Amino acid sequence: MNYFKLFGLPQKFGLDTDLLTEQYRELQRTFHPDKFASASALERRLSVQRAAQINQAFHTLNQPVERARYLLELHGVDLDGGTSRVDQAFLLEQMELREALADIRDHPNPAVALEELTDGIRQRTEIIIQQLGEQFQDASRRSLLAACENVDKLMFLNKIQHEADEICDELFEY
Amino acid sequence: MALLQISEPGQATAPHRHRLAAGIDLGTTNSLIATVRSGSADTLPDSRGSYLLPSVVHYRSGKSPLVGEAAQEHLSTDPQNTISSIKRLMGRGAADISGSGFRLPYQLAEADSAVPRLRTAAGDFSPVEISADILRVLRQRAEQSLGGELDGVVITVPAYFDDAQRQATRDAARLAGLNVLRLLNEPTAAAVAYGLEQGAEGIYSVYDLGGGTFDVSLLRLSKGVFEVLATAGDTALGGDDMDHRVAEWIMQQAGISEDAGHHQLRRLLSVARSAKEALTQSDMAPITIELDDGSYWEGELSRDRFNRLVESLIRRTLVPCRRVLRDAGVKAEEVCEVIMVGGSTRVPLVRKQVGKFFGRKPMTGVDPDKVVAIGAAIQADILAGNKPGEDMLLLDVIPLSLGLETMGGLVEKVIPRNTPIPASRAQDFTTYKDGQTAMAIHVLQGERELVSDCRSLGRFELRDIPPLVAGAARIRVIFQVDADGLLSVSAREEAKGVVASIQVKPSYGLTDNEIEQMLKDSLAHANEDVVARNLREQQVEADRVLEALQAALVEDGGTLLNADQRAEIDAAMGKLQTARHGSDARSIKRAVEELDECTRVFAARRMDASIEKALQGQVVDELKV
Repeated sequence: MNYFKLFGLPQKFGLDTDLLTEQYRELQRTFHPDKFASASALERRLSVQRAAQINQAFHTLNQPVERARYLLELHGVDLDGGTSRVDQAFLLEQMELREALADIRDHPNPAVALEELTDGIRQRTEIIIQQLGEQFQDASRRSLLAACENVDKLMFLNKIQHEADEICDELFEY
Repeated sequence: MALLQISEPGQATAPHRHRLAAGIDLGTTNSLIATVRSGSADTLPDSRGSYLLPSVVHYRSGKSPLVGEAAQEHLSTDPQNTISSIKRLMGRGAADISGSGFRLPYQLAEADSAVPRLRTAAGDFSPVEISADILRVLRQRAEQSLGGELDGVVITVPAYFDDAQRQATRDAARLAGLNVLRLLNEPTAAAVAYGLEQGAEGIYSVYDLGGGTFDVSLLRLSKGVFEVLATAGDTALGGDDMDHRVAEWIMQQAGISEDAGHHQLRRLLSVARSAKEALTQSDMAPITIELDDGSYWEGELSRDRFNRLVESLIRRTLVPCRRVLRDAGVKAEEVCEVIMVGGSTRVPLVRKQVGKFFGRKPMTGVDPDKVVAIGAAIQADILAGNKPGEDMLLLDVIPLSLGLETMGGLVEKVIPRNTPIPASRAQDFTTYKDGQTAMAIHVLQGERELVSDCRSLGRFELRDIPPLVAGAARIRVIFQVDADGLLSVSAREEAKGVVASIQVKPSYGLTDNEIEQMLKDSLAHANEDVVARNLREQQVEADRVLEALQAALVEDGGTLLNADQRAEIDAAMGKLQTARHGSDARSIKRAVEELDECTRVFAARRMDASIEKALQGQVVDELKV
């Protein structure tokens, strides 16, 4: 089952997420187990499976990282196969972000430091998402490999954000 | 009173028959039952006009238990046989209880199963059985007032309840003879009660502080769809904890020693609670408590002092509030309303702090005690099929991540928290030794990385794996979470295509056999005929299957089935109809299963056909791209 087809949407990275959400709700209105509350056990089971698939498909298309990974998969690009995807500039950025993360606890105003870090991550993410749109539009072998690199970067940024969130919890939990 | 509608024997029940459905709020402190009558939902009172049933059960030797106010009277005189706040123990193990630091005036029976049992004059009971006693009273109340047997109920649970706690709630309902249409998260129920009346749109926060549990959820409301964006909470934080803080303060002030007896503890808690309630209205609460030597201690508790005692508890609730905003990627100012639920939100400091956090005055329009039951009743009415064409839809999420134990006592997450449900994920495993035919999977729930920090849900043993060399078997395990938030696991060996059987050993739940035994015991106790009840249940299921299939055949039978397939289904239906009029529950069950099997393909085709129907006409242009 092609997720784009499931939602009746064109297969591209730059997706109209409002339309996606609308289609998602429409499908759940039809398949959610609550619509089968008085159906037979078999139909209830089927509806649970279908509703779970629809949720999975929606999650995949709604998150930029997941959508990019899925598109690469559809293009037959093996994400884990690339060995030498080392971008020197990004390595430096990674070190910078890691340092910023490590310094938060000792920062005189950790809340401000956290916000700065989060802002930095957001800006970088926006740039990558824009690039991904162009790379999938082009869809040449070279662009797709560059998209792979960008997916790695996005995953790294998400990971740093997640760690920042955990520090935030730790600092502000009583 | 509504007239009973009785269908003609032998005919499938007419689809428009009004089904009796109710919503139940099984609370830590109080429980309620509500239903929709003439289009509006309200709670059902008892014969004395009181709609709150205190969640208290008093057990007596040789007599049936007392529930509610009648039981409450025994709280301080016979604390060991009078159980309150049982919800806190649902789905918990004996070790959780002794390690919780929460003082319980009950005696635990020696555990021979993972489930703790409380020792009372009438025997040893698990939290599931005690909750079932509360549910039975609510069921009777509804059936008396509605004049018939309930077809189905929706029971609410804290959104933050884990799988074991949800399963325990379902088991309790089963013991009480209730057909559960759905377990509904309390905040979602509250949003339904508020939202439907007002045709609300936008992002809502539901802050639910009950007697023993705290939940906060963010929902997006749009055209009848209630979409939970994130949920968080604490299943061991509530008004009870405020009572304990006040009680401790009174102990200090009155010089009551730490090892005070059960009676004294009960008195303290009850006095503390009254003081807390009084302080919602006034600035000062007088306190009088009888001491063990018969003398009295008199004092006063000011609201300022009370606020200082409970402030850290309220601050603890703001941590999950921050987490839901972050998980949903929503800023506090984007939240358009804050709905307050649960009796503890009457405490003025709670309203003040929550208002400050979200930057707006919280909504308290509907009685915070009733709002959850009312929402559940609305949902039950729809699920029972009384409102055809209703397009309200509740999309909920799983509150805590589900994971598996891997090497070194670590947890690998399979389904992360706040994933919309139903959800399913597949995970592949292989064998470690040549000829290995079984393996065990340990399923955990929680956010931490170490197995010891997460909650063990159970161990699933896979058997009948075909014997192959090590690493050759590929076992695909599918984790599925249904709309109730309950997990089921199935497995298949991919290389040989064998379905592996699964044996579930719940860590803190009851096994199917234990439930079966309790069911037998409780029916014998209630003088109900087990055989007759079993037969009735199977007949109801048979009618439901036949009715649903009949409607499906009328709709799609002509287009999706050829003559042979149709004839096969008709034959199986005939068989079920015959069995249904017999008196053997097992042969009805078998006929249902056979019919299920031969309609499998038809049902799957109908599902696929509906996908196209659902999206028809809206995206024709897009599809051409």
